[in-house]
Amino acid sequence: MSQLSTRHLLGIKNLTPEDIHLILETAANFKEVINRPIKKVPSLRDITIANVFFENSTRTRLSFELAEKRLSADVINFSSSNSSVKKGESLVDTVNNILSMKVDMVVMRHSSPGAPHFLSRNVNANIVNAGDGTHEHPTQALLDSFSIQEKLGDLAGKKVAIIGDILHSRVALSNIFCLKKLGAEVMVCGPITLLPKHIESLGVKVELDVKKALQWCDVANVLRIQLERQQIKYFPSLREYSLYYGINKKLLEQLDKEIVIMHPGPINRGVELASDVADSEHSIILEQVQNGVAVRMAVLYLLAGSRN
Amino acid sequence: MQKRLVLDQQQIGIILRRFCHQLIENHDNFENTVLLGLQPRGSILMDHLAPILEEISGVKVPFGYLDATFHRDDFRRRDFPLKANETKINFLVEGKKVILVDDVLYKGRSVRAAMDAMIAFGRPQKVELMVLVDRKLTRDYPIMPDYYGIRVNTLDSQYVVVEWANQGQTENAVWITEKVKS
Repeated sequence: MSQLSTRHLLGIKNLTPEDIHLILETAANFKEVINRPIKKVPSLRDITIANVFFENSTRTRLSFELAEKRLSADVINFSSSNSSVKKGESLVDTVNNILSMKVDMVVMRHSSPGAPHFLSRNVNANIVNAGDGTHEHPTQALLDSFSIQEKLGDLAGKKVAIIGDILHSRVALSNIFCLKKLGAEVMVCGPITLLPKHIESLGVKVELDVKKALQWCDVANVLRIQLERQQIKYFPSLREYSLYYGINKKLLEQLDKEIVIMHPGPINRGVELASDVADSEHSIILEQVQNGVAVRMAVLYLLAGSRN
Repeated sequence: MQKRLVLDQQQIGIILRRFCHQLIENHDNFENTVLLGLQPRGSILMDHLAPILEEISGVKVPFGYLDATFHRDDFRRRDFPLKANETKINFLVEGKKVILVDDVLYKGRSVRAAMDAMIAFGRPQKVELMVLVDRKLTRDYPIMPDYYGIRVNTLDSQYVVVEWANQGQTENAVWITEKVKS
Protein backbone atom coordinates (compact mmCIF):
# COMPACT_ATOMS: atom_id res chain seq x y z
CA MET A 1 0.00 0.00 0.00
CA SER A 2 1.41 3.37 -0.86
CA GLN A 3 -0.98 5.53 1.10
CA LEU A 4 -0.72 7.06 4.56
CA SER A 5 -3.44 6.21 7.07
CA THR A 6 -4.05 9.92 7.69
CA ARG A 7 -4.60 13.05 5.60
CA HIS A 8 -2.77 15.30 8.07
CA LEU A 9 0.63 14.97 9.70
CA LEU A 10 -0.19 16.21 13.18
CA GLY A 11 2.20 14.07 15.18
CA ILE A 12 4.02 10.76 15.20
CA LYS A 13 1.67 9.47 17.89
CA ASN A 14 -1.15 8.80 15.42
CA LEU A 15 1.01 7.31 12.66
CA THR A 16 1.30 3.54 12.19
CA PRO A 17 4.74 1.89 11.81
CA GLU A 18 3.73 1.21 8.16
CA ASP A 19 3.14 4.95 7.65
CA ILE A 20 6.60 5.72 9.03
CA HIS A 21 8.27 3.07 6.84
CA LEU A 22 6.44 4.42 3.77
CA ILE A 23 7.61 7.98 4.51
CA LEU A 24 11.22 6.86 5.06
CA GLU A 25 11.25 4.76 1.87
CA THR A 26 9.79 7.62 -0.17
CA ALA A 27 12.33 9.99 1.43
CA ALA A 28 15.15 7.77 0.15
CA ASN A 29 13.78 8.23 -3.40
CA PHE A 30 13.65 12.00 -2.91
CA LYS A 31 17.18 12.06 -1.49
CA GLU A 32 18.33 10.64 -4.83
CA VAL A 33 16.32 13.35 -6.60
CA ILE A 34 17.89 16.23 -4.66
CA ASN A 35 21.36 14.94 -5.49
CA ARG A 36 20.70 15.06 -9.25
CA PRO A 37 22.08 17.84 -11.45
CA ILE A 38 18.46 19.06 -11.81
CA LYS A 39 16.91 18.79 -8.37
CA LYS A 40 13.31 19.54 -9.19
CA VAL A 41 10.38 17.22 -9.98
CA PRO A 42 6.94 18.34 -11.17
CA SER A 43 4.80 16.20 -8.81
CA LEU A 44 3.06 19.04 -6.89
CA ARG A 45 2.84 21.57 -9.70
CA ASP A 46 -0.90 22.13 -9.25
CA ILE A 47 -0.70 22.42 -5.45
CA THR A 48 -0.41 25.59 -3.38
CA ILE A 49 1.09 25.36 0.09
CA ALA A 50 0.96 28.00 2.81
CA ASN A 51 3.77 28.02 5.37
CA VAL A 52 2.14 29.57 8.42
CA PHE A 53 4.67 30.26 11.15
CA PHE A 54 3.41 31.72 14.42
CA GLU A 55 6.78 31.05 16.02
CA ASN A 56 10.36 31.77 14.93
CA SER A 57 12.10 29.23 12.77
CA THR A 58 15.03 29.23 10.38
CA ARG A 59 15.89 25.65 9.53
CA THR A 60 12.40 24.15 9.47
CA ARG A 61 10.86 26.95 7.44
CA LEU A 62 13.69 26.98 4.90
CA SER A 63 13.64 23.20 4.73
CA PHE A 64 9.89 23.06 4.12
CA GLU A 65 10.07 25.85 1.56
CA LEU A 66 12.89 24.15 -0.30
CA ALA A 67 11.03 20.81 -0.21
CA GLU A 68 7.91 22.48 -1.60
CA LYS A 69 9.85 24.24 -4.36
CA ARG A 70 11.72 21.06 -5.31
CA LEU A 71 8.29 19.45 -5.76
CA SER A 72 7.19 22.40 -7.96
CA ALA A 73 4.42 23.52 -5.57
CA ASP A 74 3.42 27.17 -5.35
CA VAL A 75 4.45 28.52 -1.96
CA ILE A 76 3.20 31.39 0.16
CA ASN A 77 4.84 32.34 3.43
CA PHE A 78 3.22 33.85 6.43
CA SER A 79 4.74 34.82 9.73
CA SER A 80 2.75 36.18 12.61
CA SER A 81 5.14 39.02 13.39
CA ASN A 82 3.98 41.14 10.44
CA SER A 83 0.35 40.06 10.05
CA SER A 84 -3.21 40.69 11.18
CA VAL A 85 -2.70 38.30 14.10
CA LYS A 86 -1.24 41.32 15.82
CA LYS A 87 -4.59 43.05 15.19
CA GLY A 88 -6.50 40.35 17.06
CA GLU A 89 -7.54 37.87 14.37
CA SER A 90 -8.22 34.29 15.54
CA LEU A 91 -6.25 31.28 14.27
CA VAL A 92 -9.18 29.75 12.35
CA ASP A 93 -10.03 33.09 10.74
CA THR A 94 -6.43 33.68 9.70
CA VAL A 95 -6.11 30.23 8.15
CA ASN A 96 -9.55 30.30 6.51
CA ASN A 97 -8.64 33.60 4.90
CA ILE A 98 -5.49 32.02 3.51
CA LEU A 99 -7.47 28.97 2.34
CA SER A 100 -10.06 31.10 0.54
CA MET A 101 -7.23 32.01 -1.82
CA LYS A 102 -7.34 28.33 -2.92
CA VAL A 103 -4.54 26.90 -0.84
CA ASP A 104 -4.37 23.09 -0.67
CA MET A 105 -2.02 22.45 2.24
CA VAL A 106 -0.97 24.31 5.37
CA VAL A 107 2.38 23.80 7.09
CA MET A 108 2.04 25.33 10.53
CA ARG A 109 4.25 26.09 13.50
CA HIS A 110 2.56 27.41 16.61
CA SER A 111 3.59 27.94 20.22
CA SER A 112 0.41 26.30 21.56
CA PRO A 113 0.42 22.49 21.83
CA GLY A 114 -2.50 21.06 19.83
CA ALA A 115 -2.94 24.08 17.54
CA PRO A 116 -2.59 21.98 14.34
CA HIS A 117 -5.03 19.38 15.70
CA PHE A 118 -7.54 22.15 16.37
CA LEU A 119 -6.99 23.51 12.87
CA SER A 120 -7.41 20.08 11.22
CA ARG A 121 -10.89 19.82 12.75
CA ASN A 122 -11.92 23.28 11.58
CA VAL A 123 -10.50 23.80 8.11
CA ASN A 124 -10.55 21.79 4.91
CA ALA A 125 -6.89 21.39 3.93
CA ASN A 126 -4.06 18.95 4.61
CA ILE A 127 -2.29 20.17 7.75
CA VAL A 128 1.38 19.48 8.45
CA ASN A 129 2.59 20.19 11.96
CA ALA A 130 5.96 21.95 11.85
CA GLY A 131 6.16 22.10 15.65
CA ASP A 132 3.44 22.88 18.18
CA GLY A 133 4.80 24.29 21.43
CA THR A 134 6.29 21.60 23.66
CA HIS A 135 4.15 18.88 22.07
CA GLU A 136 5.35 17.36 18.77
CA HIS A 137 7.66 18.08 15.84
CA PRO A 138 6.93 15.09 13.61
CA THR A 139 9.09 15.89 10.56
CA GLN A 140 12.14 16.36 12.81
CA ALA A 141 11.61 12.90 14.33
CA LEU A 142 11.16 11.37 10.87
CA LEU A 143 14.35 12.94 9.57
CA ASP A 144 16.23 11.86 12.71
CA SER A 145 15.09 8.26 12.20
CA PHE A 146 15.93 8.49 8.48
CA SER A 147 19.44 9.76 9.34
CA ILE A 148 20.05 6.99 11.89
CA GLN A 149 18.77 4.37 9.46
CA GLU A 150 21.04 5.73 6.74
CA LYS A 151 24.06 5.57 9.05
CA LEU A 152 23.41 2.35 11.00
CA GLY A 153 20.77 0.40 9.07
CA ASP A 154 17.46 -0.87 10.42
CA LEU A 155 16.42 0.87 13.66
CA ALA A 156 15.06 -2.24 15.35
CA GLY A 157 17.20 -2.98 18.42
CA LYS A 158 19.32 0.19 18.10
CA LYS A 159 19.90 2.18 21.29
CA VAL A 160 19.21 5.90 21.13
CA ALA A 161 19.82 8.31 24.01
CA ILE A 162 18.06 11.68 23.96
CA ILE A 163 20.07 14.05 26.11
CA GLY A 164 19.19 17.50 27.45
CA ASP A 165 16.03 19.52 27.99
CA ILE A 166 13.45 16.75 27.60
CA LEU A 167 10.75 18.70 29.46
CA HIS A 168 10.43 21.49 26.91
CA SER A 169 11.31 19.49 23.83
CA ARG A 170 8.80 18.59 21.13
CA VAL A 171 11.69 16.94 19.29
CA ALA A 172 12.17 14.55 22.22
CA LEU A 173 8.52 13.50 22.37
CA SER A 174 8.18 12.96 18.62
CA ASN A 175 11.49 11.08 18.57
CA ILE A 176 10.38 8.80 21.41
CA PHE A 177 7.15 7.90 19.55
CA CYS A 178 8.95 7.41 16.24
CA LEU A 179 11.88 5.37 17.55
CA LYS A 180 9.64 3.14 19.66
CA LYS A 181 7.36 2.46 16.67
CA LEU A 182 10.40 1.44 14.63
CA GLY A 183 11.59 -0.93 17.36
CA ALA A 184 14.52 1.04 18.79
CA GLU A 185 15.36 1.26 22.50
CA VAL A 186 15.19 4.80 23.86
CA MET A 187 16.79 6.43 26.90
CA VAL A 188 16.27 9.99 28.08
CA CYS A 189 19.01 11.73 30.03
CA GLY A 190 19.16 15.16 31.63
CA PRO A 191 18.98 16.99 34.95
CA ILE A 192 16.04 15.68 37.00
CA THR A 193 14.34 19.08 36.76
CA LEU A 194 14.29 18.84 32.96
CA LEU A 195 12.79 15.33 32.79
CA PRO A 196 8.98 15.19 32.68
CA LYS A 197 7.27 13.25 35.48
CA HIS A 198 6.14 9.72 34.47
CA ILE A 199 8.22 9.84 31.26
CA GLU A 200 9.04 6.14 31.81
CA SER A 201 5.37 5.37 31.06
CA LEU A 202 6.26 5.95 27.38
CA GLY A 203 8.54 2.91 27.61
CA VAL A 204 11.84 4.77 27.84
CA LYS A 205 14.77 4.31 30.19
CA VAL A 206 15.70 7.26 32.40
CA GLU A 207 19.29 8.12 33.26
CA LEU A 208 20.71 11.11 35.12
CA ASP A 209 24.41 10.43 34.46
CA VAL A 210 25.39 11.49 30.94
CA LYS A 211 28.48 9.23 30.93
CA LYS A 212 26.36 6.15 31.57
CA ALA A 213 23.90 7.23 28.88
CA LEU A 214 26.68 7.67 26.32
CA GLN A 215 28.21 4.31 27.25
CA TRP A 216 24.81 2.63 26.76
CA CYS A 217 23.77 4.12 23.42
CA ASP A 218 24.61 3.70 19.73
CA VAL A 219 23.31 7.18 18.94
CA ALA A 220 23.14 10.30 21.12
CA ASN A 221 20.58 12.88 20.06
CA VAL A 222 21.60 16.02 21.93
CA LEU A 223 18.99 18.72 22.52
CA ARG A 224 19.25 22.44 23.10
CA ILE A 225 18.37 24.03 26.41
CA GLN A 226 15.20 25.93 25.51
CA LEU A 227 15.68 29.02 27.66
CA GLU A 228 12.84 30.80 25.84
CA ARG A 229 10.33 28.27 27.20
CA GLN A 230 11.70 28.20 30.75
CA GLN A 231 9.68 30.50 32.99
CA ILE A 232 11.57 29.46 36.12
CA LYS A 233 15.15 28.37 36.76
CA TYR A 234 15.61 24.63 36.30
CA PHE A 235 19.39 24.58 36.98
CA PRO A 236 21.81 27.04 38.58
CA SER A 237 23.65 28.24 35.47
CA LEU A 238 24.44 27.35 31.86
CA ARG A 239 28.06 26.88 32.93
CA GLU A 240 27.07 24.30 35.49
CA TYR A 241 24.77 22.55 32.98
CA SER A 242 27.62 22.42 30.50
CA LEU A 243 29.95 21.02 33.15
CA TYR A 244 27.62 18.12 33.98
CA TYR A 245 25.74 17.53 30.71
CA GLY A 246 27.86 19.14 28.00
CA ILE A 247 29.35 16.61 25.57
CA ASN A 248 32.95 17.11 24.53
CA LYS A 249 35.64 15.10 22.78
CA LYS A 250 37.28 14.03 26.04
CA LEU A 251 34.03 12.46 27.19
CA LEU A 252 33.62 10.54 23.93
CA GLU A 253 37.21 9.29 24.05
CA GLN A 254 36.54 7.71 27.43
CA LEU A 255 33.91 5.42 25.89
CA ASP A 256 34.95 1.98 24.72
CA LYS A 257 33.03 2.39 21.43
CA GLU A 258 32.18 4.93 18.77
CA ILE A 259 28.76 6.55 18.86
CA VAL A 260 26.87 8.77 16.44
CA ILE A 261 26.12 12.34 17.57
CA MET A 262 22.97 14.13 16.40
CA HIS A 263 21.46 17.52 17.14
CA PRO A 264 18.25 19.03 15.73
CA GLY A 265 19.76 22.53 15.76
CA PRO A 266 20.23 25.32 16.53
CA ILE A 267 23.32 24.31 18.53
CA ASN A 268 24.45 26.33 21.50
CA ARG A 269 28.14 25.58 21.04
CA GLY A 270 29.97 25.12 24.29
CA VAL A 271 26.73 24.47 26.23
CA GLU A 272 25.23 21.09 25.26
CA LEU A 273 27.81 20.28 22.59
CA ALA A 274 31.45 21.31 22.27
CA SER A 275 32.69 22.39 18.85
CA ASP A 276 35.21 19.53 18.71
CA VAL A 277 32.26 17.11 18.82
CA ALA A 278 29.77 19.05 16.68
CA ASP A 279 32.33 19.25 13.84
CA SER A 280 33.82 15.77 14.33
CA GLU A 281 33.39 12.69 12.16
CA HIS A 282 30.99 11.28 14.78
CA SER A 283 28.50 14.03 14.09
CA ILE A 284 25.80 13.66 11.40
CA ILE A 285 24.26 17.06 12.13
CA LEU A 286 24.64 18.42 8.60
CA GLU A 287 23.37 15.15 7.09
CA GLN A 288 20.27 15.63 9.24
CA VAL A 289 19.70 19.01 7.61
CA GLN A 290 20.05 17.57 4.11
CA ASN A 291 17.80 14.63 4.95
CA GLY A 292 15.23 17.10 6.34
CA VAL A 293 14.46 18.33 2.82
CA ALA A 294 14.05 14.77 1.47
CA VAL A 295 11.82 13.69 4.37
CA ARG A 296 9.62 16.78 4.05
CA MET A 297 9.31 16.19 0.30
CA ALA A 298 8.14 12.65 1.08
CA VAL A 299 5.56 13.85 3.62
CA LEU A 300 4.15 16.52 1.30
CA TYR A 301 4.11 14.14 -1.68
CA LEU A 302 2.28 11.40 0.21
CA LEU A 303 -0.25 13.75 1.83
CA ALA A 304 -0.95 15.70 -1.37
CA GLY A 305 -1.27 12.56 -3.44
CA SER A 306 -4.42 11.17 -1.88
CA ARG A 307 -7.58 12.36 -3.51
CA ASN A 308 -9.67 14.06 -0.86
CA MET B 1 -10.60 -15.48 -16.28
CA GLN B 2 -9.65 -15.59 -19.95
CA LYS B 3 -5.94 -15.66 -20.58
CA ARG B 4 -4.20 -15.85 -23.95
CA LEU B 5 -0.52 -16.61 -24.45
CA VAL B 6 1.13 -14.07 -26.76
CA LEU B 7 4.83 -14.94 -26.39
CA ASP B 8 6.44 -17.99 -24.82
CA GLN B 9 9.91 -18.49 -23.36
CA GLN B 10 11.50 -19.43 -26.67
CA GLN B 11 9.94 -16.54 -28.60
CA ILE B 12 11.07 -14.04 -25.94
CA GLY B 13 14.61 -15.45 -26.20
CA ILE B 14 14.56 -14.97 -29.98
CA ILE B 15 13.25 -11.41 -29.62
CA LEU B 16 15.94 -10.46 -27.09
CA ARG B 17 18.67 -11.68 -29.47
CA ARG B 18 17.00 -9.84 -32.37
CA PHE B 19 16.97 -6.64 -30.27
CA CYS B 20 20.70 -7.01 -29.72
CA HIS B 21 21.44 -7.40 -33.43
CA GLN B 22 19.23 -4.41 -34.27
CA LEU B 23 21.09 -2.34 -31.70
CA ILE B 24 24.48 -3.40 -33.06
CA GLU B 25 23.28 -2.45 -36.55
CA ASN B 26 22.24 1.04 -35.43
CA HIS B 27 24.83 1.79 -32.75
CA ASP B 28 27.97 0.19 -34.18
CA ASN B 29 30.45 -0.10 -31.28
CA PHE B 30 28.18 1.61 -28.68
CA GLU B 31 30.81 4.29 -28.12
CA ASN B 32 28.28 6.93 -27.15
CA THR B 33 25.24 4.81 -26.25
CA VAL B 34 23.57 4.10 -22.90
CA LEU B 35 20.56 1.99 -21.90
CA LEU B 36 17.92 3.17 -19.44
CA GLY B 37 15.42 0.65 -18.07
CA LEU B 38 12.14 2.21 -16.96
CA GLN B 39 11.32 1.20 -13.39
CA PRO B 40 9.99 -1.15 -12.34
CA ARG B 41 9.29 -3.59 -15.18
CA GLY B 42 11.39 -2.11 -17.99
CA SER B 43 14.41 -2.63 -15.75
CA ILE B 44 13.70 -6.36 -15.57
CA LEU B 45 13.65 -6.54 -19.37
CA MET B 46 16.90 -4.58 -19.48
CA ASP B 47 18.52 -6.93 -16.97
CA HIS B 48 17.69 -9.79 -19.36
CA LEU B 49 18.90 -7.87 -22.40
CA ALA B 50 22.22 -6.47 -21.08
CA PRO B 51 24.12 -9.78 -20.68
CA ILE B 52 23.00 -11.04 -24.11
CA LEU B 53 24.06 -7.73 -25.66
CA GLU B 54 27.48 -8.01 -24.01
CA GLU B 55 27.83 -11.60 -25.21
CA ILE B 56 26.94 -10.81 -28.83
CA SER B 57 28.64 -7.42 -29.21
CA GLY B 58 31.55 -7.94 -26.86
CA VAL B 59 30.91 -4.47 -25.44
CA LYS B 60 29.69 -3.60 -21.95
CA VAL B 61 27.11 -0.91 -22.66
CA PRO B 62 26.53 1.38 -19.63
CA PHE B 63 23.02 1.04 -18.25
CA GLY B 64 20.88 2.61 -15.54
CA TYR B 65 17.44 2.43 -13.98
CA LEU B 66 15.11 5.39 -14.38
CA ASP B 67 12.03 5.91 -12.22
CA ALA B 68 9.46 8.40 -13.51
CA THR B 69 6.95 8.25 -10.64
CA PHE B 70 7.48 11.87 -9.59
CA HIS B 71 7.06 13.04 -13.20
CA ARG B 72 3.79 11.27 -13.96
CA ASP B 73 0.79 13.33 -15.07
CA ASP B 74 -1.80 11.33 -13.11
CA PHE B 75 -0.73 12.53 -9.65
CA ARG B 76 -3.83 13.42 -7.58
CA ARG B 77 -5.97 11.72 -10.24
CA ARG B 78 -5.47 8.34 -8.61
CA ASP B 79 -6.90 7.33 -5.25
CA PHE B 80 -3.44 7.23 -3.73
CA PRO B 81 0.06 8.19 -4.86
CA LEU B 82 2.15 5.61 -6.70
CA LYS B 83 5.05 4.17 -4.78
CA ALA B 84 8.36 5.31 -6.20
CA ASN B 85 11.20 3.00 -7.21
CA GLU B 86 14.92 3.55 -7.14
CA THR B 87 16.58 5.65 -9.83
CA LYS B 88 20.14 4.50 -10.33
CA ILE B 89 22.05 6.30 -13.07
CA ASN B 90 25.80 6.69 -12.54
CA PHE B 91 26.41 8.76 -15.65
CA LEU B 92 25.11 11.91 -17.31
CA VAL B 93 23.07 11.43 -20.48
CA GLU B 94 24.41 14.75 -21.84
CA GLY B 95 25.30 14.24 -25.51
CA LYS B 96 24.58 10.48 -25.33
CA LYS B 97 22.37 8.26 -27.47
CA VAL B 98 19.84 6.91 -24.99
CA ILE B 99 17.80 3.76 -25.49
CA LEU B 100 14.77 3.69 -23.18
CA VAL B 101 13.72 0.12 -22.42
CA ASP B 102 10.23 -0.82 -21.22
CA ASP B 103 8.16 -3.99 -21.26
CA VAL B 104 4.78 -2.77 -22.56
CA LEU B 105 3.93 0.41 -24.48
CA TYR B 106 0.29 1.29 -23.85
CA LYS B 107 -0.88 4.92 -23.55
CA GLY B 108 2.58 6.42 -23.95
CA ARG B 109 2.20 8.41 -20.72
CA SER B 110 4.92 6.54 -18.83
CA VAL B 111 7.38 7.12 -21.66
CA ARG B 112 6.52 10.83 -21.72
CA ALA B 113 7.11 10.99 -17.95
CA ALA B 114 10.35 9.04 -18.36
CA MET B 115 11.67 11.47 -20.97
CA ASP B 116 10.82 14.28 -18.57
CA ALA B 117 12.68 12.52 -15.75
CA MET B 118 15.64 11.73 -18.02
CA ILE B 119 16.23 15.41 -18.82
CA ALA B 120 17.34 15.86 -15.19
CA PHE B 121 20.48 13.94 -16.16
CA GLY B 122 21.37 16.10 -19.17
CA ARG B 123 20.41 16.74 -22.78
CA PRO B 124 20.73 13.54 -24.80
CA GLN B 125 21.88 13.60 -28.42
CA LYS B 126 19.17 11.13 -29.41
CA VAL B 127 16.53 9.03 -27.66
CA GLU B 128 15.19 5.71 -28.89
CA LEU B 129 12.48 3.51 -27.42
CA MET B 130 12.57 -0.27 -27.14
CA VAL B 131 9.56 -2.25 -25.91
CA LEU B 132 8.80 -5.94 -25.75
CA VAL B 133 5.09 -5.48 -26.45
CA ASP B 134 3.56 -2.59 -28.41
CA ARG B 135 -0.18 -2.29 -27.79
CA LYS B 136 -1.20 -0.56 -30.97
CA LEU B 137 -4.21 1.77 -31.34
CA THR B 138 -4.27 2.59 -27.60
CA ARG B 139 -1.92 5.59 -27.54
CA ASP B 140 -2.82 8.90 -25.81
CA TYR B 141 0.46 10.56 -26.84
CA PRO B 142 2.28 10.59 -30.19
CA ILE B 143 4.91 8.06 -29.09
CA MET B 144 6.10 5.10 -31.19
CA PRO B 145 8.77 2.50 -30.44
CA ASP B 146 11.96 2.25 -32.50
CA TYR B 147 12.28 -1.44 -31.58
CA TYR B 148 9.43 -3.73 -30.58
CA GLY B 149 9.15 -7.43 -29.89
CA ILE B 150 5.55 -7.93 -30.91
CA ARG B 151 2.68 -5.63 -31.84
CA VAL B 152 -0.73 -6.67 -30.47
CA ASN B 153 -4.31 -5.51 -30.83
CA THR B 154 -5.85 -5.04 -27.39
CA LEU B 155 -8.84 -3.42 -25.74
CA ASP B 156 -8.83 -1.08 -22.73
CA SER B 157 -10.61 -3.87 -20.85
CA GLN B 158 -7.52 -6.06 -21.19
CA TYR B 159 -4.13 -6.28 -19.48
CA VAL B 160 -0.85 -7.32 -21.06
CA VAL B 161 1.09 -9.26 -18.42
CA VAL B 162 4.81 -9.93 -18.80
CA GLU B 163 6.11 -12.72 -16.57
CA TRP B 164 9.76 -13.47 -15.88
CA ALA B 165 11.17 -16.73 -14.57
CA ASN B 166 13.51 -14.89 -12.18
CA GLN B 167 10.51 -13.02 -10.69
CA GLY B 168 8.84 -16.10 -9.24
CA GLN B 169 7.24 -17.44 -12.44
CA THR B 170 7.93 -20.82 -14.01
CA GLU B 171 8.83 -19.44 -17.45
CA ASN B 172 9.23 -16.15 -19.30
CA ALA B 173 5.90 -15.42 -20.98
CA VAL B 174 3.59 -12.64 -22.20
CA TRP B 175 -0.17 -12.99 -21.68
CA ILE B 176 -3.27 -10.98 -22.51
CA THR B 177 -5.88 -11.17 -19.77
CA GLU B 178 -9.25 -9.59 -19.12
CA LYS B 179 -9.43 -6.97 -16.35
CA VAL B 180 -11.53 -8.22 -13.45
CA LYS B 181 -14.55 -5.95 -13.00
CA SER B 182 -14.90 -4.83 -9.39
